[in-house]
Amino acid sequence: MAGYVTKRPDATSKSQRGTEESPFVKWLLISLAGIFLLVFLLLPLINVFAQAFAKGWQVYISTLKDPESISAIKLTLLVAAITVPINTAFGVCAAWAIAKFEFRGKSLLITLIDLPFAVSPVVAGLIYVILFGLQGYFGEWLDDHNIKIIFAVPGIVLATLFVTFPFVARELIPVMQATGREQEEAALTLGAGGWKTFWHVTLPSVKWGLLYGIILCNARAMGEFGAVSVVSGHIAGQTNTMPLQVEKLFNGYPSSAAFVVASLLALLALVTLGMKTLLEWRQEREFKRAQAAPTPSEFDTVFVAKERFE
Amino acid sequence: MSIELKNVGKKFGDGVAVNNVSFTVNEGELVALLGPSGGGKTTVLRMIAGLEVPTTGDIFIRGARVNDLSVQQRNIGFVFQNYALFKNMNVFKNIAFGLKIKKWKSKDIKERVAEMLKLFGLEGLERRYAHQLSGGQRQRVAIARALAPKPNVLLLDEPFGAVDAKIRQELREWLVTLHHELNVTTIFVTHDQEEAMEVSSRIVIFSRGNLEQIGKPREVYEEPANEFVARFIGVMNVLELEVFNGVASLQELQFPSHGVPDGQKVRIGFRPYAVQISSDLAAYKYKGILRRTYFLGVMLRLELELPSGLVLRARMSKEEYAQQGLHDGREVSFQIRRYRLLASEGETLRPEQVANYDVAPHLGEGI
Repeated sequence: MAGYVTKRPDATSKSQRGTEESPFVKWLLISLAGIFLLVFLLLPLINVFAQAFAKGWQVYISTLKDPESISAIKLTLLVAAITVPINTAFGVCAAWAIAKFEFRGKSLLITLIDLPFAVSPVVAGLIYVILFGLQGYFGEWLDDHNIKIIFAVPGIVLATLFVTFPFVARELIPVMQATGREQEEAALTLGAGGWKTFWHVTLPSVKWGLLYGIILCNARAMGEFGAVSVVSGHIAGQTNTMPLQVEKLFNGYPSSAAFVVASLLALLALVTLGMKTLLEWRQEREFKRAQAAPTPSEFDTVFVAKERFE
Repeated sequence: MSIELKNVGKKFGDGVAVNNVSFTVNEGELVALLGPSGGGKTTVLRMIAGLEVPTTGDIFIRGARVNDLSVQQRNIGFVFQNYALFKNMNVFKNIAFGLKIKKWKSKDIKERVAEMLKLFGLEGLERRYAHQLSGGQRQRVAIARALAPKPNVLLLDEPFGAVDAKIRQELREWLVTLHHELNVTTIFVTHDQEEAMEVSSRIVIFSRGNLEQIGKPREVYEEPANEFVARFIGVMNVLELEVFNGVASLQELQFPSHGVPDGQKVRIGFRPYAVQISSDLAAYKYKGILRRTYFLGVMLRLELELPSGLVLRARMSKEEYAQQGLHDGREVSFQIRRYRLLASEGETLRPEQVANYDVAPHLGEGI
């Protein structure tokens, strides 16, 4: 038995060698990919930070202390704080419905969830202008009641909600489909109600997928430009989010200020990426631990069980 | 009685899964729901649990109608086919789950779980997760989890379906012992007739959503209600014959059939053990040739070919076979000691027709 087990890796590594490319081709491909990443991704990123710090720390800090910048940062955080929880809740509901139940119009719902991915963000923004703008369908009524949506924070939140809707649902649907309904039914037969079943059984089994979806959703909510640009009205200090503020600063006079705000956005993206990688790493580790765990022989255990009875 | 179903039916869309089923299960009984897949047995089990809502009829548990009670209120223990252990909880937490939901005190929970672990031979595995257990251990955790909150009824869906064949036999015996010890009313679903015969005190047989027969293992074997049951439980020779002058005959074979009008077609069934074979050609009135012998251990299965070409299945012990000096190709005489008139699906026979017809006395044990 042991001999067989030790022989196998040899056999497979030999066959791998046979199908492997020559070292030259291998290194050529790797360096091509490396150069591409360096030129198109890493250098621009480094450049953003280099430009931001070009005039030193003092200028960097004072640019961030500018009321307009502070307002942009606050607004971005506010929008993310509103949209991410809402879309998490909606995403969980939608994924739950799609994965666990059969109903008419299910494929239509799946298509609808994907809609924000397919539609250009600018179009998404325009939809809200058409609906709630002054010349829009509800514009007059809203104006009469003194409610401002377009060119105000609610419009920005709505547009961001639309654009970031699919992230959580898309991550959860395959995970929930894979787990099936049996564990939940088991919880029900043990007396657990719907909420307890969700909290103790459903949620833990999809936690990694859910966190992953939330992280992606948050990244997009903070970084969205197109849809927000259409509905915001670009009022500096009031309705400018960080991406909009970067554009405004870049078009204006002190261009290094644009890089300062941009560097902050880039930093958020890097943190998000780091969290995502950490999650993947932890998930993989959990999976490996599961596989490495010893599985005792069937026979021993049953005989043990019988002995205990007799 | 512990569980009673009255005219219970279930439709999924246009399809009928269960059709007008009624039966009762007594307190402390171990009953099998048996039938081919798609027969409706799992649906019946899920309706008793409250996981499916019956379209028609009433279900009673301990005398109380439970149709309007939710799963949680029925106090049942359910073991799923693939066990459905909570993957994010270890063995201890799995077994404790139902107790926590029922708000037991943590000291009582610890005691009860320890008791279950001991009873199920799972001591030392408390901290393991489902993926770290063998198939048999998973099954025992699932049953322990279902039994921990002291349910009125234990329901098992194909409990041996997910373990490999070698271990099944052990688990069957184990389940019988467990049931004997705990005496909790138990219903389990299976498609394996041998399993149902061996484990249960009574069997409920389903086919295509209909209840075909309910009875003790010996009853459904000896007195199958119809052709489906006869063919599903064990092996049976089934012949279709026409009745003339109160005797059903097919070429040389004749079966007296009381009360059946002339010209009617009937089905005659007889078990292989009812075919009595002798190497003495004068011993019995029918003649045939031994075509083939299969060795199954102590018993042999024989194929007997009649002059008309009809082939019957018979059974005989190894000793008798040797005593008679039988071998393949040998001409023999035989008689059929016991047979039954069988109703075909959907048909009913009068009680006097259904009885077994014993041709020769001194009938041995049926196997």
